[in-house]
Amino acid sequence: MLTRRRDVLLAAGAAVALSLGPARAEDTVKIGLIVPMTGGQASTGKQIDNAVKLYMQQHGDTVAGKKIDVILKDDAAIPDNTKRIAQELIVNDKVNFIAGFGVTPAALAAAPLATQAKIPEVVMAAGTSIITEKSPYIARTSFTLAQSSTIIADWAVKNGIKKVATLTSDYAPGNDALNFFREHFTAGGGQIVEEVKVPLQNPDFAPFLQRMKDAKPDAMFVFVPAGQGGNFMKQYAERGLDKAGIKVIGPGDVMDDDLLNDMGDAALGTVTAHIYSAAHPSAMNKEFVAAYKKAYNNRPGFMAVGGYDGIHLIYEALKKTGGKTDGDALIEAMKGMKWESPRGPISIDPETRDIVQNVYIRKVEKVDGELYNVEFQTFEAVKDSGKTKK
Amino acid sequence: MTSVLTNLFDGVAYGMLLFVLACGLAVTLGLMNFVNLAHGAFAMAGGYVCAVLVNHTGWPFFAALPLAFVSSAVIGVALERTLYRHLYTRSHLDQVLFSIGLVFMSVAAVDYIMGSSRIFIKLPAALEGQFDVFGVGIDRYRLMIVVICGLLTAALQLVLARTRFGSRLRAAVDDPRAASGLGINVPQVFAFTFAFGCGLAGLGGALSAEILGLDPYFPLKFMIYFLIVVTVGGSSSITGPFLASLLLGIGDVAGKYYVPKMGPFVIYTIMIVILIWRPNGLFGRTVTR
Amino acid sequence: MTTPADVGYHARQHARWHWSEIAFWVLVLACAFCFPSRYLIMTDIVRLALFALSLDLILGYSGIVSLGHAAFFGVGAYSAGLLSLHGIITEPVIALVVAGLAAMVLGFLTSFLVIRGVDLTRLMVTLGIALLLEALAERFSNITGGTDGLQGIEMQPILGIFAFDMFGKVGFFYSLAVLFLLFLLARRIVHSPFGLSLRAIKNNPLRAAAVGIPVNRRLIAIYTVAAFYAGIAGALFTQTTSLASLDVFAFEKSADLMLVLVIGGTGYLYGGLIGALVFRMLQEVFQTITPQYWLFWIGLVLIVMVLVGRTRIHRWALFLPNLVIRQFAGRRAVVALSDNEAP
Repeated sequence: MLTRRRDVLLAAGAAVALSLGPARAEDTVKIGLIVPMTGGQASTGKQIDNAVKLYMQQHGDTVAGKKIDVILKDDAAIPDNTKRIAQELIVNDKVNFIAGFGVTPAALAAAPLATQAKIPEVVMAAGTSIITEKSPYIARTSFTLAQSSTIIADWAVKNGIKKVATLTSDYAPGNDALNFFREHFTAGGGQIVEEVKVPLQNPDFAPFLQRMKDAKPDAMFVFVPAGQGGNFMKQYAERGLDKAGIKVIGPGDVMDDDLLNDMGDAALGTVTAHIYSAAHPSAMNKEFVAAYKKAYNNRPGFMAVGGYDGIHLIYEALKKTGGKTDGDALIEAMKGMKWESPRGPISIDPETRDIVQNVYIRKVEKVDGELYNVEFQTFEAVKDSGKTKK
Repeated sequence: MTSVLTNLFDGVAYGMLLFVLACGLAVTLGLMNFVNLAHGAFAMAGGYVCAVLVNHTGWPFFAALPLAFVSSAVIGVALERTLYRHLYTRSHLDQVLFSIGLVFMSVAAVDYIMGSSRIFIKLPAALEGQFDVFGVGIDRYRLMIVVICGLLTAALQLVLARTRFGSRLRAAVDDPRAASGLGINVPQVFAFTFAFGCGLAGLGGALSAEILGLDPYFPLKFMIYFLIVVTVGGSSSITGPFLASLLLGIGDVAGKYYVPKMGPFVIYTIMIVILIWRPNGLFGRTVTR
Repeated sequence: MTTPADVGYHARQHARWHWSEIAFWVLVLACAFCFPSRYLIMTDIVRLALFALSLDLILGYSGIVSLGHAAFFGVGAYSAGLLSLHGIITEPVIALVVAGLAAMVLGFLTSFLVIRGVDLTRLMVTLGIALLLEALAERFSNITGGTDGLQGIEMQPILGIFAFDMFGKVGFFYSLAVLFLLFLLARRIVHSPFGLSLRAIKNNPLRAAAVGIPVNRRLIAIYTVAAFYAGIAGALFTQTTSLASLDVFAFEKSADLMLVLVIGGTGYLYGGLIGALVFRMLQEVFQTITPQYWLFWIGLVLIVMVLVGRTRIHRWALFLPNLVIRQFAGRRAVVALSDNEAP
């Protein structure tokens, strides 16, 4: 009991110290952007960093009379780094937001800090459902795997796919993808003939693919994190799975736009469900893709869009509070916010603070000699179905 | 049954690839007694040279492969003459510190120049896909690897065993002082060998882009595999590392196929058991150097 | 050359507290009070220092190289995490010791594998053990949380009095106290007859065996002790961050540790402490300047360090302190290390 009281006192002390902190820097708002800039997940961090910079170029670095100061930090996707960096940003730099988070463990590691310090944590990449439940100060602008996996499962059932083998990366998002897919797919009468979980750091897919091939399914459901899709598709083609008539379906991570064009023709015809395609036919997206290409000489992927929308959410929340940086007010302002993103109309669910967005079924096609995910069916305003049932 | 053969073939191809990548390290570590953890950096250099030539300047893949070899060898000889040379007599710890430093620099430099995404080399259509031999699926690309690496291994063995250079190298390694007394230019022999090892790594890097994936973290990711090949194989000849590579390749592929969840476990257990059983490697010398 | 009595005299002389050592610890304590906003990074340094101290015991004093020291760090980290997560032992200090003992048991068991073979074999066997444990931890993800790590660890107050706070103040002083105590113990060990026999083994195992030192038993003993130290460092890591993930076993962790110790110098106990400080500060500075390409500059520093020579750098670094000390005491305070300390 005594210790409980001490805890409360300390937390209160921390809160006081923190609320006093920003007051000193009256006219700047600091955002701690924690993403992996080195290590295996580096491309995620770079896309987010690029998108944030691009947004700030386009929209200026002042909002509601406050100057926005983004402090970029590299956590190499290692959760204890994330935690230490977040803690230092909060305590020393007195940031008003923490944002980024390339992988789920990183986002989870920072969650208690957001709660303790009462500052918003904007998740721009990590895609496991539970993240937003871990702190009332978390809002997400990326996606959850439940969103895309359930939809592709339903689509597969409707389109005559009966037997599926699954290949997923063995970590939280991969398991999420697998579980939601399995649930919806088997409920619809489909059968899963083979389940393989591959280690996250995995150089050679060939033996796993051989196993898939020998299981002779109609299609294989694939989830690998952003960045590994290219390697996967190469080996898929090399192994002759395309010739054997085994289609690839899955959440769109495997067909990440920034790698898609290098995957070769084997990727043609792959059907995935995802939240963003660089080929999304809206004026806003065309402009975004053109600006991104001009600035970084590469196509933006869904990670870039997550970053772009994340910083947008921060800007809009600040506008709504009139520049006030009180954490509760900011997270309140974020709830229910709606806007048009390069990926289409999106909003923040007022109850779960998770993103609500369209999920598109897309097929890889050649457009002007380049490979694109062309959207052909839209599921509107999909909520995250992966939240714990209350 | 056919899947067993396919797996065996995949394993052999993977092992051969590892051998080409690591045999340069077997020379520097085993013969010259220099702990060169930066070996993977030379492989990466070759891979990126090949990728740039093929993807951006439109060179044919087979023309770019020798160039990957040459460029890595040139980088190797340049570094050997300027930096490595001074460290042959230093302690192993100094060598570790130095070569890790080199790895760090190469990782960041490649990241800066080429970006952090994984890159691929555009292959000629003839190398894509599989064909069937009595129902056994054979990848064209892997078949090419087996052929190239097999030829290289045979050539290496011949050079080491039969040529004048080979005997000079063996002499220089066995007893540098006596060898230089016999008029062998030991530093030159070492420099040449080092460069050749780097060149092989470069070639291996170019070949492995398709299978292992090429990104700036290549030297760090595969450092352990190279070390395993060299220690398990022992350093008295190139046969040891060759067999160790095959064992590692087949073990890795079979482990992933038959016990997907225990894959890495298999490799490390094999390695520890072999090293406990024969501390100097499968074909190591009994005398410790 | 000397009679046994002389050896004893020299050993005692050597084991006496030098006043520069006292100055070092006073300085450390001063840092703790001077930079109240930097507790987290300082905790990190203290943890790394303890970990490096552990490696120094086997590398610097008995000549066993290891690229897999993270195995013990990881076992300590997961033990502490699981003990707290399942409420088995909630008091951090006891949990710390238990976690250390768990690592110690593993150290004892694996020591039989490690004492065989030469340097390179030892490097690979130790590395293999760490990788094996990492694979195991990944495989049994229902216990360890797999790639996602152990989530939701909540630490109870130390001794029931000091609760861990968000600024890391309690965590820091806790870690520092543990480091200091274990340092005292290590100092006692290396200056004991046991420690002297280890040095004899390091210098020449054959000769050591000839004068009647049970080489293998001594090596097993020190390896086990070192494992205990590493386990404690790992447990401290879990307790101060409330996290344990697969990275605790990672090869990078062992490799970084090696760098730390080599930078600081082996075989005088302070090497790990100084190395940890220098390495982390370098990392911090470069990461602030360029979050993306900091590896490059770290690499450059390492290369320059080797080319210039560590001995020379140590001499330069000690130039000023020595100058001051000579003014007051008329002698050199700290002698730069010889370069042949490595195995």
